[in-house]
Amino acid sequence: MSKAILYDSTLCIGCKACEGACAERWGLPYNEKIAAEERISAHKLTAVETHGDHFSRRLCMNCAQPTCVSVCPVGALAKTPLGPVIYDADKCMGCRYCMQACPFQVPSYEWSSRFPKMRKCNMCYERQSAGKLTACAEACPVGATINGDRDQLVQEARKRLAEKPDQYYGKIYGLTEVGGTSVLFLSAVPFEQIGLRTNVPQEPLPETTWRVLELVPDVVSTGTVLLGGIYWITNRRAEVARKEGKRR
Amino acid sequence: MTRKFPKITVWRAIFAVILLFGLYATYLRVVYGLGGSTNLSDQFPWGLWIAFDVMCGVGLAAGGFTLVAMVHIFNIERYRPILRPAILTAFLGYLLVVVGLLYDLGHPERLWHPLVMWNPHSVMFEVAWCVTLYTTVLFLEFIPVVFERFGLHKPLEWIHKISVPLMILGVLLSTLHQSSLGSLFLIVPEKLYPLWYSPILPLLFYISSIAVGLAMTIFESWHSSRAFGRALELPLLMSMARVLAVVLSLYLWIRFLDLSHRHALGLLTQNRIETWLFALEMALMIVPVVLLFQARIRSKPGSLYACAVMVVFGFIANRLNVGTTGLEAGSGTHYMPRWSEVAVTLSIVAAGFAIFRGIAQYFPIFEKHSHEHAPAEVEEKEADSVGVA
Repeated sequence: MSKAILYDSTLCIGCKACEGACAERWGLPYNEKIAAEERISAHKLTAVETHGDHFSRRLCMNCAQPTCVSVCPVGALAKTPLGPVIYDADKCMGCRYCMQACPFQVPSYEWSSRFPKMRKCNMCYERQSAGKLTACAEACPVGATINGDRDQLVQEARKRLAEKPDQYYGKIYGLTEVGGTSVLFLSAVPFEQIGLRTNVPQEPLPETTWRVLELVPDVVSTGTVLLGGIYWITNRRAEVARKEGKRR
Repeated sequence: MTRKFPKITVWRAIFAVILLFGLYATYLRVVYGLGGSTNLSDQFPWGLWIAFDVMCGVGLAAGGFTLVAMVHIFNIERYRPILRPAILTAFLGYLLVVVGLLYDLGHPERLWHPLVMWNPHSVMFEVAWCVTLYTTVLFLEFIPVVFERFGLHKPLEWIHKISVPLMILGVLLSTLHQSSLGSLFLIVPEKLYPLWYSPILPLLFYISSIAVGLAMTIFESWHSSRAFGRALELPLLMSMARVLAVVLSLYLWIRFLDLSHRHALGLLTQNRIETWLFALEMALMIVPVVLLFQARIRSKPGSLYACAVMVVFGFIANRLNVGTTGLEAGSGTHYMPRWSEVAVTLSIVAAGFAIFRGIAQYFPIFEKHSHEHAPAEVEEKEADSVGVA
């Protein structure tokens, strides 16, 4: 069963307990100055953002068909059956294609390090593997971030939308975005007003490059026949010309 | 060989200054990492080193496969005199692309990883394999020059035996590689500005690489004729300019069709930086096309050269737009390369010029008359160059 996170912006009180728990889980420093940074970075893998009267959270969406996994040339990123998208820093060569390709601009880089790593939330893969909740869900005092099976969380979100239609913008962000994500959002206002990208395609992005990549064997085989054939024709002509030249 | 060096000394001074800055930038890159040497950020992870050093470097090396295809596969013999400089340019170009990558990768010591850790779903994986294999092919296409120089006949014969499959492989790898640099950006439909994002980016990258490959061949012929005081192969370059004009027209026409089918032409009425950069790019390609269709322009070395330079700059503008400026709005940030990024890039270009010059001076790259100093036996061999036995 695939795990997910449901974040309900209407319940969030902006206490940033999730940030602190996340920092602790990764062994990253956390203090007032870092808490004031309202954006994710290599030292802050989730961030609570303020958008007027509303709060929002940024974290890796752990997509169902992740763009980052498809673009990584060395397979350093992987989608686990459990749901999290995990990263193997020992494989990574630092091409940063995952960062360029991520439709949510999530992966961060340790720019100032001499041996840098990409950093991003992996939905507490180790904790969830051991049957525990993600650190952020466990820390949330008001249940704005909850963690569980994706199917059940989608049902829960639908229930909330049905029960209190006037309190919600009537959609679930992450249900179909780029083919579905493991992080789902509910909001009182349209999603772009809480800083979510609404121009992302509804289809999985890996399709865009696979359409071309799957042609490679065809291009190579057809090209070999074509070029070999042209060579054979044009040089046959040259051979004949040479022979006739000799005869004369 | 007569050397006239008064203006070269100025160039040498510039060269030294560039290299000095480049060295300091290299120090910053090694000691302070990418953060200390570039203006890259989480929002803008690729900059000049990818957009110029890699994307333009590979494109400008396209003359290698274009001429190999013309001479060895299509058997158009008269282009043979400019085949070797084109192969040398391509070989150096690819080596310098690898140097650029070593600067840009967070872990340059893991450059070999894609060769053992596979992900065939990644365009970057395809790119990595193409760079590796094609650099090897270019090495093998170039090495006969070295064998000839030192009169090693046995290895020359060996390489002749595999030359045909080698040439075909080289053209195939280039086709894949040139197009795959465009495919890299298929994954960012919501980020890359619609004047550049297109599902046919790989095709556009491929055709424009052929055009710029031809332009680079004209460019380097002109420069080497001046540097080495040899006659310019004008009739040859004139006929090549025709091919260039046709290929570039084809490219521009497909580009227009693509924009119109995607209903993106309306964007040109918007007063945005992207519109102007697009206009610049187009001007640098349309003007030389119009000029090259006129015989009196083609027949003058100066104007022929100017057209080639315009095409090269138009190509560079296109790759920089796709690789950097076209992504700024979609990434919600601005990017201006730091001086150290520019210094490294300029150093790599300068090194390319210098190494080309050095090799062309000591190895049989150009046709006989340019090498009075070369040993006689080498000269005789030259007519029977790289490929077909």
